[in-house]
Amino acid sequence: MLRRGRAASALVAMVVAAAVTTAMLNLSVDVQAKLRKEFRNYGANIVVVAKDAQSLPADALEKVRSVLGGHGLAVPFAYVVARTSTGQPVVVSGTDFDEVQKLNRWWSVSSWPHATHDALVGTRAVAAVAPQGQPFDLSFRERTIHLNSAGTLRTGAAEDSRVYISLSNFQTWTDIKPSTIEISATGSSSDIAAMVQKVAEAVPSAEVRPVRQIMEGEALVLGKTRATVTTAAALIIATAALCLLSTLLGWVFDRRRDFAIMKALGASGRLIGGFVAAEAAALGAVGAVIGFAIGIAIAALIGRINFHAPVVPRFDMLPIVLAGGVVVALISSVIPIFLLQRVEPAMILKGE
Amino acid sequence: MFARLVYESFRRQRRPKLLAGVAITLGVGVATAMIAVATDIGDKISRELRTYGANILVTPQDDTLDLQIGGVDLKPPSDGAYLDEADLPKIKGMFWRNNIVGFAPMLTVPVSLVGGDVTLLGTYFSRRLTFGKQDFTTGVRNTHPWWKVQGAWPNDESTEILLGERLAGKLGQSAGDQVEIAGHSHRVTGILSTGGAEDDQIVAPLTVAQRILGKPGVVRRVYVSAVTKPEDAFARRDPKTLSGAMYDRWYCSPYAQSIAFQLQEAIPHSHAEQIRQVAQNEGTVLSRIKGLMFLLTIAALLASALAVSAAMATTIFERRTEVGLMKALGAGITTVAALFLAESSLLALGGGILGFVGGSLLARMVGRSIFGSTIAIEPVLFPVILGIAMVVTFAGSALAIRRAVRFDPVYALRGDA
Repeated sequence: MLRRGRAASALVAMVVAAAVTTAMLNLSVDVQAKLRKEFRNYGANIVVVAKDAQSLPADALEKVRSVLGGHGLAVPFAYVVARTSTGQPVVVSGTDFDEVQKLNRWWSVSSWPHATHDALVGTRAVAAVAPQGQPFDLSFRERTIHLNSAGTLRTGAAEDSRVYISLSNFQTWTDIKPSTIEISATGSSSDIAAMVQKVAEAVPSAEVRPVRQIMEGEALVLGKTRATVTTAAALIIATAALCLLSTLLGWVFDRRRDFAIMKALGASGRLIGGFVAAEAAALGAVGAVIGFAIGIAIAALIGRINFHAPVVPRFDMLPIVLAGGVVVALISSVIPIFLLQRVEPAMILKGE
Repeated sequence: MFARLVYESFRRQRRPKLLAGVAITLGVGVATAMIAVATDIGDKISRELRTYGANILVTPQDDTLDLQIGGVDLKPPSDGAYLDEADLPKIKGMFWRNNIVGFAPMLTVPVSLVGGDVTLLGTYFSRRLTFGKQDFTTGVRNTHPWWKVQGAWPNDESTEILLGERLAGKLGQSAGDQVEIAGHSHRVTGILSTGGAEDDQIVAPLTVAQRILGKPGVVRRVYVSAVTKPEDAFARRDPKTLSGAMYDRWYCSPYAQSIAFQLQEAIPHSHAEQIRQVAQNEGTVLSRIKGLMFLLTIAALLASALAVSAAMATTIFERRTEVGLMKALGAGITTVAALFLAESSLLALGGGILGFVGGSLLARMVGRSIFGSTIAIEPVLFPVILGIAMVVTFAGSALAIRRAVRFDPVYALRGDA
């Protein structure tokens, strides 16, 4: 009964160590993907600009969206300098409000425009354009447009001095097509570099550039975070292995009388060694598989708590965890057996 | 007598004690390192996030409406108000001066070259300033770290300039050439690559732009890069509505809003505001990373506790024959338990101290290799870690001791394990 108890605790140690290792490995591989999603809140990481302040070709947006293939957002922007009814110049931009809302999450908007003649007015432009929030006129090349101030925009940057209207409204008024497409592409730095190439090929008349401020910041912070998480994971896995090793050593050492009896009855050292190794390997395998399942569950839990998103279970890690478990189990059984071989069975049976 | 038993135990059974001690040291070391890294990671990542550049923009209070498309300023230079360059060093006199990583003033002026009209941007590169007794350097090299120069950065006190790479390509110029601007000859020390509007511009020291504009000592705007605390509901409150203690708390917290508020106080006739694209997202990224490290630390502590318990349980359970013998000789359960607990305490103490030192060194190594700065180890961590080590060792031993004590002495005397 005692022995079953000891075997059970050895199995428990194996399961725990495998679970911890799986959870840690899963996390450190997935944390990059999770954090990248957070970094996309910084907005566009690729910009497509028409050369020489012209407009982009009419099919540019379509082409860009098909190249992206759902791995990101592409938002068009068209700009003119219009005049208010008092003659003051103001930059007006036409864009797709639904897409902009997803791209630029830091935009602080009091309420997004919905109707055709609604405009989003930057906080600094309000005083010049519609100081009391009343409807206002803007004129560009002899054409006037009547707009309602539907909401205000605050960003702390150039957008605060602009008026934003819907792209269709803008084009009807000015006949000017978008000159810029801002792209927020998902993926690693190499994925983004490849995307820049593909977009440049799709729209050869435009300049396609990565936004260095965003890309370099992301690469740096992500790299350091990954290094920290990997170090932490390594430490935790090492500690779990230590725990496992000491438990298994104790388990084998505990049964030295059994092995001594076997040897006294004529079993060769090799037979005993093989027996122990087989036992350890079986324990290692079973424990690793159970531990793997639990580890995946733990990683999923952590993903839910911290990232509010499921952590992708990586079943391709099972061979690693399995192999690791069997190896550690074998090592922790081989050492005591090797030591015990040296001692005469009689000494062990006597109780020393 | 008790003390002698403990001493003899350590002297005669060195190997199992060593193994248990090693397990405790490693467990405590890992726990210490993880706690040290997790508590400091927020500060470290905050500083790394400054790679995104300036998070606060200071503009003249009475400025007219900006006309900017794609980073290019379309407003005529005579239009609008200016800030006084002489007021800028006062930034280092603010309450939160140590959080200011750097600032860079900017002044643009159109110039005509052989090829056409070009914008010239005047700024600080790495300008040395003095405020009171303090000397410091600041400029775009702090606030715009993604600006790369092929060649050398110009001297802030000189008339050397940088050409944006697209402009240099168009003009066919490169580093070392001389360019004639508004009647003066300027040496190009390097080609600037930013990925933005500056690639089409000339970037020069601020004094050059001021001279061309004919307005010495003015700046159009100042970009400030500050280490801030993530925004919460309290940060968004209007300081004018706060009174007394609440106002002090708001003022003395490094929110982007309070630092902007203090910048407005330091620079007369200015308006300072957070650049939301940079400032807002810092908070989310930081909280995700801190949350992750916290969870990992909990996992590490659990793993360490398990490792220490397992090691203690193994070593004590091994000695159950010894326990049986002691009981047969007449020792009470309490005495036996006390003996084992005393041994465990000594192991915990020794292992705990060694583990703490080792863990601190490990944390220092991690800090140096990953972040290039030291990870601060709070001295209060030492008694905490030691206490935890004792508790865990006790818990691990207690269970094993309980089982060992229940063991019938008859089996021990018979030699049956």
